[in-house]
Amino acid sequence: MARIKAPVVVTANHLGSGEVVYLSRDGRWQASMDAGQVFTELAEAEAALARHDNELEVVGAYLINVEVHGGRVEGQHYREQFRSLGPSNYWHGKQTEANDAPV
Amino acid sequence: MHRYSEFDRDFVATRNAQYRDQVARRVAGELTEDEFKPLRLMNGVYLQLHAYMLRVAIPYGTLSSAQMRQLAHIADRWDKGYGHFTTRQNIQYNWPRLVDTPDILDALAKVEMHAIQTSGNTIRNVTADHFAGAAMDEVVDPRPYAELIRQWSTDHPEFQFLPRKFKIAVTGSAVDRAVVQAHDIGLQMLESRGELAVKVWVGGGLGRTPILGQVLQEALPIAELLPYLEAILAVYNLWGRRDNKYKARIKILVNAMGIDAFRREVQAAFETTAQDFSGEDQAVLEQLRQAFDFSAATDADEAAYHQALAANPLFRQWVDQNVLPHRVSGYSIVTISLKKPGQTPGDASSDQMRGLADLAERYSHDELRVSHEQNLVLPHVALGHLPAIFDALTALDLQTANVGLISDLIACPGMDYCALATARSIPIAQQIAERFSQLGLEETVGAMKLKISGCINACGHHHVGHIGILGLDKGGVESYQITLGGDGSENASLGEKIGPGFSADDIVPAIERIVAHYLDLRSAETETFIQTLRRVGLASFRDAAYGDPATEVIHAS
Repeated sequence: MARIKAPVVVTANHLGSGEVVYLSRDGRWQASMDAGQVFTELAEAEAALARHDNELEVVGAYLINVEVHGGRVEGQHYREQFRSLGPSNYWHGKQTEANDAPV
Repeated sequence: MHRYSEFDRDFVATRNAQYRDQVARRVAGELTEDEFKPLRLMNGVYLQLHAYMLRVAIPYGTLSSAQMRQLAHIADRWDKGYGHFTTRQNIQYNWPRLVDTPDILDALAKVEMHAIQTSGNTIRNVTADHFAGAAMDEVVDPRPYAELIRQWSTDHPEFQFLPRKFKIAVTGSAVDRAVVQAHDIGLQMLESRGELAVKVWVGGGLGRTPILGQVLQEALPIAELLPYLEAILAVYNLWGRRDNKYKARIKILVNAMGIDAFRREVQAAFETTAQDFSGEDQAVLEQLRQAFDFSAATDADEAAYHQALAANPLFRQWVDQNVLPHRVSGYSIVTISLKKPGQTPGDASSDQMRGLADLAERYSHDELRVSHEQNLVLPHVALGHLPAIFDALTALDLQTANVGLISDLIACPGMDYCALATARSIPIAQQIAERFSQLGLEETVGAMKLKISGCINACGHHHVGHIGILGLDKGGVESYQITLGGDGSENASLGEKIGPGFSADDIVPAIERIVAHYLDLRSAETETFIQTLRRVGLASFRDAAYGDPATEVIHAS
């Protein structure tokens, strides 16, 4: 995996559903990467990760490198791009859903 | 088929109740994820890229129609209406919610199924020849022995925390359809001096260190099977490395010790383990032989079969490609391809599962099989029923006549689902199958095993593909490395890397150039790809793969 460097977003999977989630600006875990807070300082992201890694809500929280294009947040690595959309063989997962719905 | 005993039912019900409580405690915050993760894994529940995944064991790949219907019901009730059949003859659901998994396990228990030991460092689901009990070339049905091993290994207290996972495969034929040499232990039932015996390989495996198994015993007496397996596992449990998970499989131990020293250690352990087996296992084995016995005769009228062969070229093509003779006269073995070009290899919808359950109940003595090549099998079909089955399969969109051809390829879920994957497998599989189907060349190319893995762990068995493809991450870009010359049959060999990887855009044309090169070089239409490759060597195939993309592709006819 690529070295983590800002800008980053905090991601995890939702405990009950397993769905991919992102830490938003208001501190909630949301389904859309676009809703994720983009940290330009790595230390701030690490602090947010430590603060919000609530095991009652999410599993396996970690930081991912992102790029911001015209207000859209995109994972830098293809793995995170796939996680943010869903599989390529079926129209399943996030690609089928409104991207700003809270989990 | 084997049926659960009261003990089995109680055991599974107790485990399910424990798991339900564990999930409740995790959700309530009474268990941390670190505490809970090994518990869910013991019940086949993984966390993958997009969701949880539940892996359900299908022992030796054998299913009843009621079990298949229940798998369809689970797909509809708790997943997205389909399931994925795997290279370990299991089924995986890609979208269950954690909170639903206890209900799913209870639903499985109703049809005598579970997900126990489909993960973790235990003895995993025992696999077997998918034509077991039906193949003409078989010495004996391997499933009673596989079931005996399943009963012995399930919840075996000594082997719940092995250094690493442990996979056993069993075949009853010299023709290896179970890839036994690529397993931690591979077993082949055979006759030796007029007695049934077992040939034992140990230390095979694919993954990051691919090694073929070595022969530990040429002809072990059947009565010694379980104590001997227990001795192998005891030696491995004691001496297998636990300091480095990448060196923890038994293949590393066997190679470090040398096969002769390993055999001596096993023999010494066997002196002890043999004392623990009083013969009860042999009594169980006798019951199992009876449970799996297939000695039916058919009076189905074969006239419809012969008429359909003469009248319907699609039916004839399907029979030629997907149907094999059965050891009982008047019967046949039907392989149902889950590889329609463009589809995801190994996936079946709930409607297809239900349709197949109906066919199995009506025409195949209530049995279905899952093959490690990600197809399904109706093992006991009267020839006279083949036209009706073909029509039903056509209605289910399962009539693809490509078994054993290039589009009948294996692909792991890859990065479309798997958290361990380094690249996607499924789109590459789809593109290759579609390309050769469009070219109309599948039958011309003939027998071909093409296998794709999305990471070095090799769930797609790429090392034993005639053509293997391994998806890797090269600097943040999906890259596909080709191996050639692998073989998972009784003539097992590991493929050799041909050079640098190809991009996702370039991998299909590279495969096409390799296949075109084979068509140019083969000495006759009957010389298969692997035979040509072995005859002429790898070098010119390597040159062809990296050749001029503009001039060497196959042109559609």
